[in-house]
Amino acid sequence: MSGYVEMGKVIRNVQIGSDVWLIDVYALKQAAEAKVGQFCNVRVTNNSAPLLRRPISYAGFDAEKGTITLLYRVVGAGTELMTHLVAGDTLDCLGPLGEPFQTTPNMLLVGGGVGIAPMLCIASHLQEGEAAQVILGFRNESETFWADLFKDTSVKVHITTDDGSVGTQGFPTAIMPALLQENDFTSVMTCGPTPMMKGVATVAQEHGVPCQVSLEERMGCGTGGCLGCSCDGANNKRYKVCTDGPVFPAEEVFF
Amino acid sequence: MSERDLNNTVMPNPKLAVNYCGIAMKNPIIAASGTFGNGPEYKGYIDLSNEVGAISVKGLTPKGRHGNPGTRIAETPSGVLNCIGLENPGAEHFVGHVLPGLMKYDVPLLANVSAGSVAEFAWMAETLSVDGIAGIEVNVSCPNVECEGMAFGVDPKVVEEVTKAVRKVTNKPVIVKLSPNVTDIVEIAKAVEAGGGNGVSLINTLLGMAIDIHRRKPLLGNTYGGLSGPAVKPVALRMVHQVYKGVNIPIIGLGGIMTGTDAIEFMMAGASAVQVGTATMVNPNAISTIAKQMADYVEQYNLNSITDIVGAVHQ
Repeated sequence: MSGYVEMGKVIRNVQIGSDVWLIDVYALKQAAEAKVGQFCNVRVTNNSAPLLRRPISYAGFDAEKGTITLLYRVVGAGTELMTHLVAGDTLDCLGPLGEPFQTTPNMLLVGGGVGIAPMLCIASHLQEGEAAQVILGFRNESETFWADLFKDTSVKVHITTDDGSVGTQGFPTAIMPALLQENDFTSVMTCGPTPMMKGVATVAQEHGVPCQVSLEERMGCGTGGCLGCSCDGANNKRYKVCTDGPVFPAEEVFF
Repeated sequence: MSERDLNNTVMPNPKLAVNYCGIAMKNPIIAASGTFGNGPEYKGYIDLSNEVGAISVKGLTPKGRHGNPGTRIAETPSGVLNCIGLENPGAEHFVGHVLPGLMKYDVPLLANVSAGSVAEFAWMAETLSVDGIAGIEVNVSCPNVECEGMAFGVDPKVVEEVTKAVRKVTNKPVIVKLSPNVTDIVEIAKAVEAGGGNGVSLINTLLGMAIDIHRRKPLLGNTYGGLSGPAVKPVALRMVHQVYKGVNIPIIGLGGIMTGTDAIEFMMAGASAVQVGTATMVNPNAISTIAKQMADYVEQYNLNSITDIVGAVHQ
């Protein structure tokens, strides 16, 4: 499915962590059609540098207000330029792109780093008859702002930190087995660093719970044209992360 | 009109029509190989039948390839480095399973072919000389395939031999895509002409690299990659200008075309048609936008046809 090129209007662009920002953009068509797990490809300047768009998962969308919400980590020149946007500026947004999460009645969401954004998206767009809990993995207590983002959702938040300064010490996989045993989760959804997602998918598989993973890959076009983001899948298949993904059943891309 | 299905909704501007080597195109803009999938990936963004002059399909090889492992795209100032490595399903799979789905669009298709030997190039051309293919674009210049494409593209004698071998087995127009990574691109273009080639397209990407200083490693999985985008445009334009003076076969110009102005520059330097690639990665409807800007130029100068400007700077 194709996306729309929309000249979005920035509503707000605020820093929420040491290198993480939240931007709300008025982009009517995407706000109306986006689904959880899809992404937006933003062009941060009209000039030729930086040239390519930046793929960023939706952290939320509001069809009534006509807005989309993106959470982005400042990692290079493109995202640094994004931090200069202020209310009223224009942001060229291409989306919604990619295949969404297939939500189920009772979901365990596992997010690490900026991969928490699509988990927030699921948590804040639960449909009737859907429930979820979320495990957030951070380095230390300086990143608890991620947990605050879930305050307005109905999901229960579990935290793990590398140093144990908040929540349980360790990776999200440390607390997954207990949660999977205590609850009747119908699926596990995860997004974050690849080693974390592989660990999460392995634990889910051990417990017989289907797992969907959202892959992150460097993209050229985001629209299936350049094969910059292709990856190997099961049975010698090739997948384009941008159009076949970014969300895949774990067994298609990990095992 | 649904934005999600733009096909057959736009009237082409007759003043932009060109005939390249017998291929009738509704405008001079060809989607460059490897940047436009095989076309249908973009049907929701652009009217393939009326807004695109032609499509050069994703580069094909005798057998299917997964391409290069590791990071395959990196951005550099005003440019993109890629080392995709000719990922494709193989020529026969393309003809049997992909091409039938492309034929419903009223747009000429160029089969972009790469191979590892002169005989394989001939086999590719023969395999792809089928209904639905308007021309063969012989890629002797992919920088991302070890010891293969590039070795062919840098030696005039080999280029002539490949061109002859392909010419012999097909009735379709043969266009040879040239590498800029050579000492004298005019000599290579002359070799295509001597070998019976109908046209040349230039330039393929410039071999480059980028380094991650924190990891102390090349950014690309394949170490080197092909540079495209606005950064290469002046080099590409100069080469088109030189080749125009050296050969009598028509030229397809490409390299960093982002706007109608860029495309018109290439035509004035001597290109009869152009290709747009990296621009599509930035805007999926770039070809449509560029065609409109070219039409505006035609109106502004009251030209009968965009072809009036081909080689204008040489006059």
